[in-house]
Amino acid sequence: MLLALAATALVALALLSDLIVPRIDELWSRFKARRHRAPTWSYDPGRERRAEARARALLRSCVNEEEWSMYRDLGFLRVWGTLADGPDDAGGTGGAPYAYLIYPHRPILAYLAQTHRLLNEYCVTFPDESRPYGSSRLPDSDDVLAKWMALTGDERRLITTANMHLPGRQLDPAQVRRDLWRLSQWERARMRQLAGGDGPAPADRQSAA
Amino acid sequence: MKPGHGEVLIAEGDVERADDEQRLIEEFRRQLDAGLWAAVPVSDREGRRESLMVRSFEDIPWDADRVIFFPRAAGGR
Repeated sequence: MLLALAATALVALALLSDLIVPRIDELWSRFKARRHRAPTWSYDPGRERRAEARARALLRSCVNEEEWSMYRDLGFLRVWGTLADGPDDAGGTGGAPYAYLIYPHRPILAYLAQTHRLLNEYCVTFPDESRPYGSSRLPDSDDVLAKWMALTGDERRLITTANMHLPGRQLDPAQVRRDLWRLSQWERARMRQLAGGDGPAPADRQSAA
Repeated sequence: MKPGHGEVLIAEGDVERADDEQRLIEEFRRQLDAGLWAAVPVSDREGRRESLMVRSFEDIPWDADRVIFFPRAAGGR
């Protein structure tokens, strides 16, 4: 009797195996999936702030005190141009002194130092070629430092690499002229301070952070 | 400089020690092979700061205390 029941059970199991085995397999997979610890990419809100703090320290260690103060107070750097006939081969500056304004993650802007006439915008980026799927960008101060190093190290190479556009494409000319005015005010106040007087700080002083 | 991270120390050593120098040369070449630009911040006689773009280890001034690697510039939009 017992033998017959066991045989019947075996036969029944064999017949139902097509239904039971996939179900068991699925349950086992779910069990393993629950136990598997998936890698988590938790967002670190302090990472970008720390990166920017390191970048500011690096920038400060590379540029001189005046340039650092300019960036800290105004949010941009000015770099004097050194090419004899200006950055633009076609137009030229006729030998007039010119300079660049370097903003973080904005085009570099060339202008004539005396008349403040805006010359060109130079769009340049520093992409991370090691990550083909795209990458996060440099911290603001690192972007400024990269432009500063490339401009002071090899101005022609950077200008040749950049995409040149007429002023106003990305940077608002009115804003740029205001920045140039702020820069002149800032320089006057700084000269007064360096001359020994306790002149007032620039009225529109603002943090670059 | 590393996007998303800021400054990262890659290698350090004393170029007057042969083993250190060899390690620094290899790391320098590895960074340039990866497509990075290298620059050394320097001061001119008037105290003006500028950078010196270097393309080989021999270009690095002997008294330079650091070389900064940063992504190669490309035309932006």
